[in-house]
Amino acid sequence: MRDNGKPRTLFEKVWNAHTVREQNDDTPAVLYIDLHLVHEVTSPQAFSMLRERSLAVRRPDQTIGTMDHSTPTTPRNKLGIIPVADAMAAKQLDVFSKNCEDFGIPMYALGDEHQGIVHVIGPEKGLTQPGMTIVCGDSHTSTHGAFGALAFGIGTSEVGHVLATQTLLQNKPQTMAVNVEGRLSDGVTAKDIILAIIAKIGIGGGTGYVFEYRGEAIRSLSMEGRMTVCNMSIEGGARAGMVAPDDTTFEYIQGRKHAPSGVDWDAAVARWRDLPTDDGAEFDQEITIRADELTPMITYGTNPGMGMPVTAAVPKPEDETDVNKKIALDKALTYMDLAPGQQLLGKAIDVVFIGSCTNSRISDLRLAADFVKGRKVADKVRMMVVPGSQQVKQQAESEGLDEVFRQAGAEWREAGCSMCIAMNGDQLQPGQYAVSTSNRNFEGRQGKGGRTFLASPLTAAASAIAGVVTDPRTMMSAQ
Amino acid sequence: MEKLSHIQGSIVSIPVNDIDTDQIIPARFLKVTDKAGLGKAAFCDWRYLEDGETPNPEFILNNPDYNGASVLVAGDNFGCGSSREHAPWALLGAGFQAVVSTDFADIFRNNALKNGLLPVVVDADTQQQLFSLADEDPSTTVSVDVEAQTLTLPDGRAVRFPLDGFSKYCLLNGVDQLGYLLALDEEVQAFEARNRQRVVTTA
Ligand code: SF4
Repeated sequence: MRDNGKPRTLFEKVWNAHTVREQNDDTPAVLYIDLHLVHEVTSPQAFSMLRERSLAVRRPDQTIGTMDHSTPTTPRNKLGIIPVADAMAAKQLDVFSKNCEDFGIPMYALGDEHQGIVHVIGPEKGLTQPGMTIVCGDSHTSTHGAFGALAFGIGTSEVGHVLATQTLLQNKPQTMAVNVEGRLSDGVTAKDIILAIIAKIGIGGGTGYVFEYRGEAIRSLSMEGRMTVCNMSIEGGARAGMVAPDDTTFEYIQGRKHAPSGVDWDAAVARWRDLPTDDGAEFDQEITIRADELTPMITYGTNPGMGMPVTAAVPKPEDETDVNKKIALDKALTYMDLAPGQQLLGKAIDVVFIGSCTNSRISDLRLAADFVKGRKVADKVRMMVVPGSQQVKQQAESEGLDEVFRQAGAEWREAGCSMCIAMNGDQLQPGQYAVSTSNRNFEGRQGKGGRTFLASPLTAAASAIAGVVTDPRTMMSAQ
Repeated sequence: MEKLSHIQGSIVSIPVNDIDTDQIIPARFLKVTDKAGLGKAAFCDWRYLEDGETPNPEFILNNPDYNGASVLVAGDNFGCGSSREHAPWALLGAGFQAVVSTDFADIFRNNALKNGLLPVVVDADTQQQLFSLADEDPSTTVSVDVEAQTLTLPDGRAVRFPLDGFSKYCLLNGVDQLGYLLALDEEVQAFEARNRQRVVTTA
């Protein structure tokens, strides 16, 4: 699929195939959107705008809704219903239901067997496919790039644009090759790769770029691992991250509800095989990290770029030469109540959260369950396990993972965003420390005054058992 | 959207890098279904003490000397994190018309421009100068000329900032981008006729 013989990147191929109108000096490009995911929090004002202007949703058949952000994850009542106690959340969910109904958009409501976090259900349903353009009013839309789709988060005005026109005005981003060479060692996961990348480039390092993750370590990841990596592209400032589709991708998609089948499947795979970046194609930027040198990572500060190996010591502001960075580090350590130079290993924690669109898929739950099996969550620790979707929940239950978690003393919840964003009542208390598999450790992100250490499901599970921040590798050898 | 061609106003600074949208407006305020009233939630967790009501006297926006400031000068990489458009809605609601920083996160910049909140990118020296000016004299005012793409400091120095032509046109004329896209309907139909539909969500 070379263009006049000029080698192209994966990103360029997808971008070019979706350009309705080229970018020029006066206007950005107009990009066609194949799939639009909507949820209750960032869509109401967009639907209101449609109503004010008497506009229809142009392609409800390319739009899908789910409830996830403000939904409770508390157990169902005797009628099988998940009650919504928060009146504002209940109203937002009602408004969302009505909007989807009025505009003809299929939607998975709270409690539906297909409901879940928007970025978990897209891939799960086979809606996320290579070469597509996918948007959602949510910055972690980058997750879907794991399939070789161009997927990025948009604001509510843009949600309105896509609802009304199925297009978006976009300035063409630059490309950055992110090479992850070598193989991961035991106890080191996809989450550690992405935390290490963000620690290296900083949270603004990818602004204006689309990442393409490449190299042996990425190729050997499962689709779920690739999703974990792409998910946090935005934490490095990049709106999108992509991985070239390969047999691992096709295997994952085949047989899912919205996947092509029969002859369509063969034709689709043939097209998808043309997507990977051509040899000799140029990226605007390139960085490389060595997977074999990586260890389990953890964040110590108040943004995802403040990460380090779990065995390292918290950096000292006095070693920071850049004034603004020094202030930021000082402020972060004050908020986290950590001392410069302190080890995190052995730091007592209050909560462990396994969930979010970063790490709530079945492989994440299996990893954590394997670890806690036959062990007990430390006395003072609350461990919450929140599956990413109802389908993930069912799958986990069919494998008995819910029982493993319960017997270890963890809470097994309904699907949703939960303590990743703390909109639904699942939240930290002021001053509490959490090891969390989610993606953001901003001040108050998991509850006002709460303090977050981001880490992999393995590190989170190990810390839950030990009651303190723990290097999972030390407990794996003892098994 | 209202037309925006000039801003003349006093400045207030929050010299913190990487101010994320969870700080600009915490997630618990996102359960709304309209845009009204978000101004009082802007920087809520920095602005109020633990009870969520008592103004934190240490926080600059609670200092009466800076009342009425319409230009916010912030640390690097402003607006990172979530895509919530509630962030620019809250800043506008709190009376800001422009934010000055060395750079902005992509989604925040897009969202801001669509609502008539101007992101002004300046070099690090200018940013530091503005921090000092705001510190020394709360009545310091700057002016912004959207057409000329300049921010003029009290000493008369005009600093040029980048602004893409289309956003500029929309700001100056008070039009939003949707009108432009709606007018392309024929081209979109032609695109759809040329290309297969990838997925059918209603199937
Ligand atoms: S799980 Fe967290 S990051 Fe993911 S969509 Fe939900 S709130 Fe956003």
